[in-house]
Amino acid sequence: MMSKIVRTQASFLYTLILIFGFYIVAHGHLTPGGGFQGGAVIATGIALIVVAYKFENIKGWVKKSMLTTAESIGLLAFIITGISGIGVSFFYNWLANSGLLFGRVVHYGINPGYINTAGTLPIMNLAVGIEVLGGLGVIIMYFLHYAKEVK
Amino acid sequence: MIFAALLQLLLLIALMVSAYLAIKFKDLLNCVIALGIFSFLLSLEFYILQAPDVAIAEAGIGAGLTTAIFILAIRSTSRWEVEE
Repeated sequence: MMSKIVRTQASFLYTLILIFGFYIVAHGHLTPGGGFQGGAVIATGIALIVVAYKFENIKGWVKKSMLTTAESIGLLAFIITGISGIGVSFFYNWLANSGLLFGRVVHYGINPGYINTAGTLPIMNLAVGIEVLGGLGVIIMYFLHYAKEVK
Repeated sequence: MIFAALLQLLLLIALMVSAYLAIKFKDLLNCVIALGIFSFLLSLEFYILQAPDVAIAEAGIGAGLTTAIFILAIRSTSRWEVEE
């Protein structure tokens, strides 16, 4: 456990880091970054909490089973999204320009960047973000677990 | 143009200094902080070289996750480097 200054700053910065990570994931098809980078930033927020607080507190807040479940859900969502366009080909983008979810019709030329576009790409970004968050979080939690055992 | 070249020169010198400090410190927590500064400066360098995608990955994993893992390792071992 760190000093009170570190703990206060960690609990304040945690929410901001989470919001920034989800922003990177949600704007993955418009701006630099995407699923992997956003998931890594969110996992950094978890790492901040893990470093700042005691092991007994973290065990109640961050559950390892939740993180492994997030990893499995992300991978499943990615594969299901890829298979859903199997009528034409694997990973076929059948949602783009269709008028449905993430299917706003975009005309050719310069535009400011609409978030409700790009078809299946935002769904895949979200799936990869959840999967990377779960994977890196599990690495940190297992590291903390065994570091505690050694001591 | 001259400003960008000067900034890049400064960044490279600061990279070398922080890498040297990471080896030289005896307090391992200071080494970890120096490595975090090294990763942060490297991500700035990536951004100047117009690779913002790599810069975000470097800042998230290099400066965030590895620093946390090193601090967890120091917490469960000793903080000071021992001379053999």
